[in-house]
Amino acid sequence: MTTQELHERLRSRFGDDVGALGEPRVDPSCPVRRERIAEVCRFAKEEPGLELDFLEDLTAVDWPKKNAIELVYHLFSFRHRHGLVLKVEVDRAGPKVASVEAVWKAANWFEREVYDLFGVEFEGHPDLRRILLPDDWIGHPLRKDYQEAGSYHGISNVRENPLVELRRLDEKARAAAAPPPAPPAAPPSPAAKP
Amino acid sequence: MEKLILRRVETDSEEMILNFGPQHPSTHGVINFLVETDGEVIRKAIPDVGYLHRSIEKIGETVGYPGFMPFTDRVDYVAAMFANEGYAIAVEKLLKLEIPPRAQWLRAISCELCRIASHLISVGTMAMDIGAFTPMLHGVRERETINDLIEALCGARLTYNYHRIGGVAFDLPDGWRDRTLRFLDHFDKFLVEFDRLISFNEVYVKRLAKVAVIPGAMARDYGLSGPNLRASGVDFDVRRDLPYGAYPHLRFEVPVGRGFVGAVGDCFDRYYLRCLEMGQSSRIVRQALETVPEGEYMAKVPRRIKPEAGEAFSRVESARGQMSYYVVSDGTEKAWRVRARTGSFTAMGIVDAVSPGLMVADLVALIASLDVVAPEIDR
Repeated sequence: MTTQELHERLRSRFGDDVGALGEPRVDPSCPVRRERIAEVCRFAKEEPGLELDFLEDLTAVDWPKKNAIELVYHLFSFRHRHGLVLKVEVDRAGPKVASVEAVWKAANWFEREVYDLFGVEFEGHPDLRRILLPDDWIGHPLRKDYQEAGSYHGISNVRENPLVELRRLDEKARAAAAPPPAPPAAPPSPAAKP
Repeated sequence: MEKLILRRVETDSEEMILNFGPQHPSTHGVINFLVETDGEVIRKAIPDVGYLHRSIEKIGETVGYPGFMPFTDRVDYVAAMFANEGYAIAVEKLLKLEIPPRAQWLRAISCELCRIASHLISVGTMAMDIGAFTPMLHGVRERETINDLIEALCGARLTYNYHRIGGVAFDLPDGWRDRTLRFLDHFDKFLVEFDRLISFNEVYVKRLAKVAVIPGAMARDYGLSGPNLRASGVDFDVRRDLPYGAYPHLRFEVPVGRGFVGAVGDCFDRYYLRCLEMGQSSRIVRQALETVPEGEYMAKVPRRIKPEAGEAFSRVESARGQMSYYVVSDGTEKAWRVRARTGSFTAMGIVDAVSPGLMVADLVALIASLDVVAPEIDR
């Protein structure tokens, strides 16, 4: 099936909860209403003819201007060799969405990653913990307004330009070395001259 | 994590909670497993990843499109060509850029050599993890020649940075073709020798056959890809089914697991599939070297790469499964979002489900057979 046909199938089942297929600015995608994403995903996976049984990727994009975090679901079907991209927008302030872990197990780790790096909560996820960063990390780094804390448990994670540091080391070494020789008060013996 | 560790430890039983890693030689990088065991039998192994997280995706938002290419090498430094290629394809899609045929062929040649190198590491370390040291040395010896070839091609032995947005960085050097063909002649014999050396060694087979079986449905559900998926009997290869670059013009077979000595989807299938894939890669390189078209190896790319707003998703069959880049552009010179989807990440997610009931020593076989590489998980 082409992307258009796939999209038609979803539209005929879910009506306006599945938005219009985005203009194909390279890869087309279609928005889905936040409340129905789990349902849409289950349908997409199980409906004969669609069988999008491979969750290729689940990730997110932060759009502070729209005040939204956009979740992106890349689906693919091994049997029919067709694919579709679904998108869900969630509010940046308290992002929450239903988990699709029950549909594809692969979503378990993908959702943990999105939770870790974007702070989106997946309702119904069995084990929503941080995955890449430590449990007590503060903030969600892939958000556009993320500010580094400066240090983590006393370990600094900011470093100035190494060149600046090197220059300072150089200067320090120069200062620590003997003070620049005074004008030759006691010239060395000229024995070394050829 | 602490909560998981402290959950329960009863004193008068065989139960233990072990930290397997993060510095264990068989974890192939810095990965930790929290292993709940009952004597020698694993109740559960919970992977704890992230030790090698370098925020590569965040870096992608700050360095501009061409500047990100060297960073992709670090996504998977055992098979860096694929990461290069995946990113290049995604940005080319955004730019709607056609790349010249010669560049596509050079990409295929470099990638397949890199696949051989990566699989050599994979099967070599797998044998080493199981307890046979010699195959590793044989594998590394052959890989050394490939490293020399790739060094002659692009100047680097590990982090190649060879592919460019719009083509590749260098043309084939003089005499490279003959050198490579000579190596492949030798390599095809080596594969037979390697099979004799280890693949069907009785002890080795007994350690791997019917261990940690992943059925096809489970592999699909967990999003496994590449050799791990095919070993479970799912016949899918991005190179053949969603062809890109020069692959539509090259003939090769896609080996699929069929229970070579045990069950479909066991550790041995995953191992042996890589051996078979190396043979196919050698075949692809030979064909590509013979049919490589003349012409430019770099498309006309504007000096300032500034794609219009949009998004692109690329798929590449990497040595560790499907590698995809999802690049979102907002119309400026820097990407709004760069996402790398890697095979190791999903492969690691399945350990939790496969491990119950395995012996501790079999966990080593499972991890080795999934061929995960830590930087690719953590990025």
